[in-house]
Amino acid sequence: MLVSAHSHSPVGSRSFLERGLLLLVVLMLLEGTVLPLGAASSPDTSAPNGAGGLDHRDDHRGIGHDNMTFQKKPFPVLGINYGHIRLPFEIALWVLLASLMKLGFHLIPRLSGIVPESCLLIVVGLLVGGFIKLAGEDVPPVLDSNLFFLILLPPIILDAGYFLPIRPFTENIGTILIFAVIGTLWNAFFIGGVLYAVCQIEGVHLSQVELLPCLLFGSIISAVDPVAVLAVFEEIHINELLHILVFGESLLNDAVTVVLYHLFEEYAGAGEVTLMDAFLGVISFLIVSIGGVAVGTIYGFLAAFTSRFTSHTRVIEPLFVFVYSYMAYLSAEMFHLSGIMALIACGAVMRPYVEANISHKSHTTIKYFLKMWSSVSETLIFIFLGVATVAGPHAWNWTFVSVTIILCLVSRVIGVVSLTFIINKFRIIKLTNKDQFIIAYGGLRGAIAFSLGYLLDNDHFPMRTMFLTAIITEIFFTVFVQGMTIKPLVDLLAVKKKQEAKRSINEEIHTQFLDHLLTGIEDICGHYGHHHWKDKLNRFNKKYIKKCLIAGERYKEPQLIAFYHKMEFKQAIELVESGGGVKVPAALPLQVSMQNIQPKKQPPAATERALPQFTKSREEEIRKILRSNLQKTRQRLRSYNRHTLVADPYEDGWGEYVLKKQRMIELEKKMTQMSNYLTVPAAPSDSPTMRRARLASDPNAFYNIKTPSDSVPTIHVELASPQSPDSVNLVDEVPKKGAMGQGLSQRNAADMKEDRERMMMPPSAGKGEKVEDDGGETKNPGLQRCLSDPGPSNEDEEDEPFLP
Amino acid sequence: MGALQSLPDDPEYKYFARKTGFSFEQIGILHKRFKQLSHNEDKLRRDDFNTIPDLASNPLRSQIIEAFFDKRNFLKNCEGSVQEIGFEEFLVVMSHFRPPALNMTEEQREIVRRDKLRFLFNMHDTDNDGTITLEEYRHVVEELLSRSGSLGKETAKGIADAAMLEVASISMGHMEPDEFYEGITFEHFLKILKDLEIETRMTIRFLNLDPTLCK
Repeated sequence: MLVSAHSHSPVGSRSFLERGLLLLVVLMLLEGTVLPLGAASSPDTSAPNGAGGLDHRDDHRGIGHDNMTFQKKPFPVLGINYGHIRLPFEIALWVLLASLMKLGFHLIPRLSGIVPESCLLIVVGLLVGGFIKLAGEDVPPVLDSNLFFLILLPPIILDAGYFLPIRPFTENIGTILIFAVIGTLWNAFFIGGVLYAVCQIEGVHLSQVELLPCLLFGSIISAVDPVAVLAVFEEIHINELLHILVFGESLLNDAVTVVLYHLFEEYAGAGEVTLMDAFLGVISFLIVSIGGVAVGTIYGFLAAFTSRFTSHTRVIEPLFVFVYSYMAYLSAEMFHLSGIMALIACGAVMRPYVEANISHKSHTTIKYFLKMWSSVSETLIFIFLGVATVAGPHAWNWTFVSVTIILCLVSRVIGVVSLTFIINKFRIIKLTNKDQFIIAYGGLRGAIAFSLGYLLDNDHFPMRTMFLTAIITEIFFTVFVQGMTIKPLVDLLAVKKKQEAKRSINEEIHTQFLDHLLTGIEDICGHYGHHHWKDKLNRFNKKYIKKCLIAGERYKEPQLIAFYHKMEFKQAIELVESGGGVKVPAALPLQVSMQNIQPKKQPPAATERALPQFTKSREEEIRKILRSNLQKTRQRLRSYNRHTLVADPYEDGWGEYVLKKQRMIELEKKMTQMSNYLTVPAAPSDSPTMRRARLASDPNAFYNIKTPSDSVPTIHVELASPQSPDSVNLVDEVPKKGAMGQGLSQRNAADMKEDRERMMMPPSAGKGEKVEDDGGETKNPGLQRCLSDPGPSNEDEEDEPFLP
Repeated sequence: MGALQSLPDDPEYKYFARKTGFSFEQIGILHKRFKQLSHNEDKLRRDDFNTIPDLASNPLRSQIIEAFFDKRNFLKNCEGSVQEIGFEEFLVVMSHFRPPALNMTEEQREIVRRDKLRFLFNMHDTDNDGTITLEEYRHVVEELLSRSGSLGKETAKGIADAAMLEVASISMGHMEPDEFYEGITFEHFLKILKDLEIETRMTIRFLNLDPTLCK
């Protein structure tokens, strides 16, 4: 997945000069990397450039040269041994080049808006290849099939599989499978067949190309490529349905491609394919696809099971995810099964269980490592495509190439249209013409086709170079022409874009409600539809599988609750983090309080309110996160103190009290507008659980329990005033005023977890909306406490499981 | 209709088809199912639904059954519930789950959406007062979580409160501290669920129904 940052925010503010300098540096580094790469790739150092001469110098400078009597030479203080580190150095240089290119593109904002990154990267590859050739060196065969299939491709696929949106994928699985299997078969045979027919025409001079190689070529070129699709679709933000259809197709057609490729490759030598072979091919397809998925699922379950026991070794949790997935891929490849499907299955299967078991930090690590690797891989693949193009060898044949390109387009369109016609009979949400166009147009080819072509044996396939040229041209055509024009076409056709998912709790409730409702209606109708089976699967999952694979008590948690907790978490963190931030939130003035929705006739009695039985570990988690964020807030504010305030009170001893007094007065004034911290409306403060919680969180706290003024919990949601960071600064200066007590915010932190359900965060309000407690005078001590919180001890790593 | 009739009764079916939009085939299949559930009688009662084994494990069981007997779902401007329903009412309730036709204009889609959301609204609004109060909403969430054991009650309350607050914020925007948000009206309900694409999600396939396949 391309992690192309869509925030171009700092670019505008950078000066032109800075940007120019950075570009210059990038270009220089580019030059610098090209030469050693080129030089190092060729064994003979006849190059005029300095890097080439290094090897020679190496020989002469070495001590203990053979065949020389020992002559005492001056001790070599400095030496160079390039051959020693050559390979890793080259690899690092390529990766560095790729990353710098990614950086560079975002410095030119208009370009990255018009041209998709993949195109630019191919161009860079072409340039690099060109430079290497100009330097007189042999271009290294970088897009070696082994390298591609074993190193470059897996991270991208794993990233896609792990973060696959399961719901839309399973809802559309029928459509995706039909496009992937039947669509690819149709493409392969149509292209192969028509190409063969064209080759037989007199005057084309291609009659030596037989049927089977043509079919093989057809099967190589017909597969939609996941890397290219991801790269382009990521930037056009198309709606979820279309995205998952094209992307799912590109993933699942791997099985078909593998089978067809091996089938035709095997028998191209023999020159014919009998019916028996075709039948075996079908069997092989079933084995390849189902086997791949099975292998992936097994490894996925293994990974989930392993993650159950990692509570004491949180640091290596991400490693399990990566290694198990990679082994799934390799195992599948070993048996000639579909490695891509194995990887997808592994990632998708393990994810819900692993995420319930691992810590928050591990989750972040996995996410960022996957994104990083897949991003670098993708960049490298496109650059290498460019380099490989320059490397050749090429055998250009106008007829063959142009017919290929035309046929690809034609067959894709025919395939999509006819399949959609059939599929729409079974779909509830029909695919419109616009959808069909995008699906057809989004069928991009990419590096997989090239690598498969590269794997062909030159002896069996003398027209290999012609094939490669045609494949590369097709890839260029789809990536450049289709990739560049799809974005304006999407806008032109007004295709529905991706809705920014602001998952509201109401929608979640009703999604769950609908699921159960529809299952019920299906049962009443007597119809075993897919809701029925989905429900059965979920129940089976909950009853047996989750018990095995999820550590502790987490497996009982239903999805709605998990969603709710996750939302709370997110909002809690957002709120606290932005609380110390300088940015002024432009939130709407929103004033809806609990009081407004609680029925007046029922003031809930304090004794009736039973507090929920949340697990201790969950409370710990929330508390830790809050504390660490509050701690950060405080530290950030301290830095504001040091640099932004004119008079630093710590250096100004005698004026300290005066200043503090002044600030206190200002603070009092600002109290009515200020709301800086998380609070929870007043709860029955003397309940034993509350006390216990307070004791647990801070044994040294003095209790200053303030009984709530009204029994109905109230939340006022207000704007944070622009002065709030300063105000908070000021309060930080003030030492703990013992009498004022620390009750409130500590209680708030405790309240947070104890009375979680009473913490209302307006979900769709802007950042920085603060929740304020009732009662003016209690805010001050709360703030103090909040900021003078000693914070978590450093060695106490946050090691609680991450909430899914 | 005492005798088992395997052939579709043409004029009746025509009337049903016109009223609900089902095809003759679908009406025939649903009729078979109706007879199966009601043990070949004319009227279906609440207890008859209890014979469906799969429904027993559904947390929304009672609400779904109630919806079939809710007058608001098959008669206009009526309230209250009945004790037994005939095939026509059964069909009308089922017709709320029909998928929208392929070529519908935006207004038609809107009508279908309103219709389905009205059904959902009626399911939540158990006291027929036109609004979903906090208590009713809490009940909804509690039922949803009723299978989750001890975690249920308080968290359900919290979730319902949060959801209610969200609706209030979206619909009302600004409220004085002493104003009281009565409950979710139908218009507010429409507003908060407009992104859910109800007209396509709240559907089941009525093709290939074969009641003989299941119990």
